[in-house]
This record gives sequence, structure tokens and C-alpha cells, in this order.
Amino acid sequence: MQRRAFNKALAATGALAALSPFNLVRAQAQKLKVGVILPRSGYLGQIGQSCQKGADLAPGVIKEMLGVDLELMNADFESNVDTARTRAERLIQEGANVLVGAFDSGASAAIAQVAEQRGIPFIVNIAAAPQITEQGYKFVFRNFQTAGDIVRNGLDLIGELFQATSSVPRSAVYMHVNDTFGQAMTKGIGAILPTRTQLPFKIVDQISYDPAAKDLTVEVSKAKAANADFLLLVCRLQDSIILRREMVKQRWQPMAIVSPGSPGMYEEPYFNALGKLSEYSISNVPWYNPHAKLTKVVERAFKKQNPKENLVFHGLNAGFTFEAILVAADAFKRAKSTDAKTLADAIRQTNITEKMTLGGPIKFNAKGQVEGIGSACVQNLNMLPTVVLPASAATAKPVFPVPGYKK
Amino acid sequence: MPAADLVANVVVSGILTGLVYGLMALGLSVIFGVVRVVNFAHGEMMTIAMYAATVLFAAFKLDPFLAMLPIAAAFFVFGYALQAGLINPFITRPEHSQFMLLVAVAIILVNGLLMIFGPDARNVNVDYQLESFELGPLLIDKARLFAAMAAVVAAAGLFAFFKYSLTGKAIRACADNYLGAKVVGLNVKHLYALTFGLGAVCVAIAGCAMVLLVDVTPPLGPAYTLLAFVIVIVGGLGSMGGALLGGVLIGVSEALAGLFIAPSAKSMFSFGLLILVLLLRPQGLLGRRS
Repeated sequence: MQRRAFNKALAATGALAALSPFNLVRAQAQKLKVGVILPRSGYLGQIGQSCQKGADLAPGVIKEMLGVDLELMNADFESNVDTARTRAERLIQEGANVLVGAFDSGASAAIAQVAEQRGIPFIVNIAAAPQITEQGYKFVFRNFQTAGDIVRNGLDLIGELFQATSSVPRSAVYMHVNDTFGQAMTKGIGAILPTRTQLPFKIVDQISYDPAAKDLTVEVSKAKAANADFLLLVCRLQDSIILRREMVKQRWQPMAIVSPGSPGMYEEPYFNALGKLSEYSISNVPWYNPHAKLTKVVERAFKKQNPKENLVFHGLNAGFTFEAILVAADAFKRAKSTDAKTLADAIRQTNITEKMTLGGPIKFNAKGQVEGIGSACVQNLNMLPTVVLPASAATAKPVFPVPGYKK
Repeated sequence: MPAADLVANVVVSGILTGLVYGLMALGLSVIFGVVRVVNFAHGEMMTIAMYAATVLFAAFKLDPFLAMLPIAAAFFVFGYALQAGLINPFITRPEHSQFMLLVAVAIILVNGLLMIFGPDARNVNVDYQLESFELGPLLIDKARLFAAMAAVVAAAGLFAFFKYSLTGKAIRACADNYLGAKVVGLNVKHLYALTFGLGAVCVAIAGCAMVLLVDVTPPLGPAYTLLAFVIVIVGGLGSMGGALLGGVLIGVSEALAGLFIAPSAKSMFSFGLLILVLLLRPQGLLGRRS
């Protein structure tokens, strides 16, 4: 090395050393540290693990798409809201530039508080409670439908389902989990159902239950006694399995089980645990577009990482988790900085048109909420969650009332 | 107002579930009644029995009712060894030391289960699991009925053992008068270990029965420990009959609370019952005043 070159290198090193205390070097980092908080154990564990699959494939896919380097910092909040709060704190302390999570509304609301206090952007992958983006937070963003949107889309799809199958059920018994999500959905149904005059049914009984319940005998007895035409269900995964088994034990055969927008019945463990009993359950949920270009890319990466699994069972969880990380990476690329405020400003300017999930582009409104995310009516057919409505995205026809049922 | 047949169905279901709860609590009550140590790892031990039943079912298609025999035998050995090796040295130590010891055992068991089986729920799928008997307006879940019958048979066997066998009488003598039992030459530490083994057998049978009713996950243990405490306090700590009665009362009251008030308020109701018993009859329904 010549003396002049050596001097230049020395000067550059000195400048770096001088700037680093002021975080100027950190702000120009080449790698984005993404803290991913999910319920990978506890009663939401299976869904949390499904979401994690979307996070795991994100760095590779996004590196190819955007040329951005990501470092995932994974945390399990054990399906416990208090743990979610402490995990978020720890991830921020350990240097996470952005947080992504947390599938559960209660946990997401807790993490949102931490993120806002600490001034670190938090992108919600899946969580529907409206209040998360109604608090005037500056660092909280959500690329998922609110409970109101889910219910609105879910109920409209129920109307389409009845129309497509020329059915006119007159009554429903409504069962729901008694947690933040379940209560938000119930509030949404209470507000929106009366405005949907095209829906021919009335709710004859409403039954709430503990999402961590191990036995739903009484709940199902009560629901059966309501003698309703069909079961309107807002559930989680484990309880949906227990509930379905209990329905069979009690020989309760409504026209169908229809979820206006909750997890559970399209998840792989539901099929594995129930076998043929999982057939025909209907979930009207935000879903992914199987024909989208990005879906094909994600599908390939998913297959590579999980050779024995099928994306269709993880599409919603993995899809929205992947997109949340994509939002962070896209903002990082434009901001060219990990500075929290710059990153948050860049997220606010997001306009991603090439996406995996149904609906319009990913664009956040003033509250940090993406609008216009689409839903699909997904029915379990031939042991696979299958889009049956809207007709434009359907790959099979809906079945209602379901076969083998008396009414 | 719910229809009479709905109430009858819910009550029957509550009684059947309560009998299994009762057997689980019986183990706790027997251990406390004799050894005077409160087993804070009781629910966790039952969770292990449930996992053992799922493993035997997955490996050999062994029905949980048949699996009761090997699992109960293994639990007897485990219980005996736990008392003889770990708890006996703590018998004369302060209660908080015993408490910490068994809480530590409970935490180790839960985390061990998490490491071995992961967080996912497991169950057994026997042929009759989704079937029910129709008896007039009653619809009785087959698995629940069989589980309750197993609980009753196991409890009856334990009662008979304590009442008619020499070893049972010796154990009762230890419970009644520790010093007297030593004076007449009984091997008290061996009898204590035997009692803990028998308590573990109750837990094993209850676990094998319970796995037909609920899916098992590692965090289930602490919830069942708490439930067992509620039952034995309601029934009377140390009273064998009280444990069964407490189980049935809690099972039925939770079911009726779910029906008449709100399903999500079930636990609240059983704790309400606990407070009521503590206020009006602190020794429990069938417990003796100390």
C-alpha cells in the first residue's frame, strides 16, 4: 500500500470512529434487524408456527426481490399477552429496527404500546381488533383487515353463499371465543348484521367460551338446544377441533358451520385432527391469491424450506407475515436507513402493488391501516381449504347445506 | 329457561367428568392425608400420564383403558421412588421447603414435557370416542361414561385396600398417629413411599381416562393442580370420600354455571363455591376438624 492510500484509509477509519457515537453509521446500515414476535407455543402455538414459516422464507425471497439484507430476531410470546410485552421490550433492547407480529389482537395491542413508547415501527401481520390502529399511534401499521372489515366481508360472502346455493336459512346460533379478537368480532357482527337486509337469518342465541377451553360439552349442548339452522362461529384452532368433535358426540347436525372471519377451520391441524369430519366447514377470511406472481415465488421458497408441506394450509398466516416483513424491507430500501423515524415515514409512503394476498395495493392510511384487503369464502373440500367464492377467484363450487346433514 | 332434557344432559355430563376429577383429587388427598405433604406437582404428573397414554396409543394402538395397567404400574414405581428418594428427607423440614421442592418438581416436569413433546396438543382417536348412548332424552358420551366408570372402580379399589388389607390398615395407622406407628415397629418411611405410589396410581388412571375427554398440552398441568386443590378443599383435605364428592360437585357446578350463567364463567363459579365452603365449613364438606 502506498503512503497516500494508507493515509486515505486511516482518515476514513477515523471519520467512521468519529461519527459512530452519533449513530450516523448505524443509520446507514446495510442490514435491517426485524424482530418477529409470534405465539409459537401455548394454545395459539400451531398458528404461530404457521406464521413463522412466512417469516423464515422472507429474507431469501426479499433479498432476491429487493436486494435488501434482513436479519430476523425471533421471539415466542407463548400465547401470553404479558410475555408479548416483555419480548417486545427485549427485542428493542437487543437492537431490532422494526417489530413484526403478533397474530393475536391482545398481544398486538400490548406490543403496539411498547413500540409507540420506544419509537420503533411495529407492523402487524395478523390481528383484527380495530383499536390497534385507532389510538393515534405514529409507529404502528397494519396490513390486515380490522374486525369490522372482516365481518363486513364475511357477512357479504355469506349472502353470496346463500345466493349461489339457493338456500334460505332462517336462524343461526352464534358461538365465539371470549378474547380480544372474539369480542371485537362480536361487536362488529352486532353493528353490521342489522344493516345487511339481504341476509335472511336471525341470531337466536349467542354463546361465548374461553379460547383455552379443554371441554365444550356445555357450550355445544346449549347451542344445539337453540335449534338453529346453522352455526355461525368465531373460533381459534384448538377450540374449533374440540367443538367439532363435541358436535358429533352430541349428534348435532346444523346445515353448516360458517365462520364470518376467524382462524381455525382452514388450518392443517384441523384437517389432521378431524380427518373427514373437517370436510365442508366454511371460513370467510382474508386469503391469498393463488394466481398472483408473488404467490408463485413464495410457494417455491415455501416448498424448498418445507418440502413435506403445502402452502395452502399456511397461505393466510405465512402470506400476511411475509407481506409484513416485505413492507419493512421495502421501506428500508427507500429510506436507506434504520433510523426509526425515517423508517416509519417510509412505511407510511408504502405502495406495494405486487402482492400475494387478495385486494388492492398495500397503502397505509393516516391511521396506519391498509384498506381494501379482500376476503374469500374458503370451504374444506377433499381435505383441502378451497376457494369457492367470490366466483372470480373460486376453484370449486360451494356446498350448502352440507351433505349427510338432516336439515 | 333451558329445557329439562338439556339440564339433565348437562348434569349427567358434569357428574361423569366430576368423577374423573374426583379420582385425580383422590390421589392428592391420600398423599396429604398420610404423608402430610401437599403434592404441588399433582396436575403435572397427570399430564405425564396423559402423554404416556397418547404415546402408547400412537405406538401400539393401545386403548387408554388398557394402557392404564402399565402406566399405573410405572407411576407406582415413580411415586414410590419420588417419595423415598426426594420427599422423605423433607418430611421433618418446614412446610415452605416442601412447597418449594414440589413446585420445582412441577416446573421441571412441565418444561421436560415441552422439550420432549413440544407445544402442540395431542390426543387419542379411539373408535368409540365420538359415539354416544341414547337413553330417552339423555345422550351420554361413551368415552366420558367409560372414563367415569374407570374412576369409580379405581376409587373403590383404593377404598377397599385401605379398609381391608393389612398394609392399608398400617398406612392408616401412620396417618392417625405417626409416633404410635413407629413405636409398634411399622416402617413409616416405606409406608409413606407406598402411599405416594398409590396416589400416583390414582393420577395415572385419572390421566388415562382424562385423555379421552381432553387434548393434552404441557401447560395443562398447573391448571389441573389448581383444580385438584379446589376439589380437595371443597371435599375436605385428607378425606377420600370428600375428594370424590368434591370432584362431582365441581363438575356439576361448572356445567350448570356454564348453562345458566355463561360458559366463560365456569371457573369463576367453582372458585365461588370454594370461598363459600371455606367460609361456612373450613374443614371441607367431609373433612374432620383438626
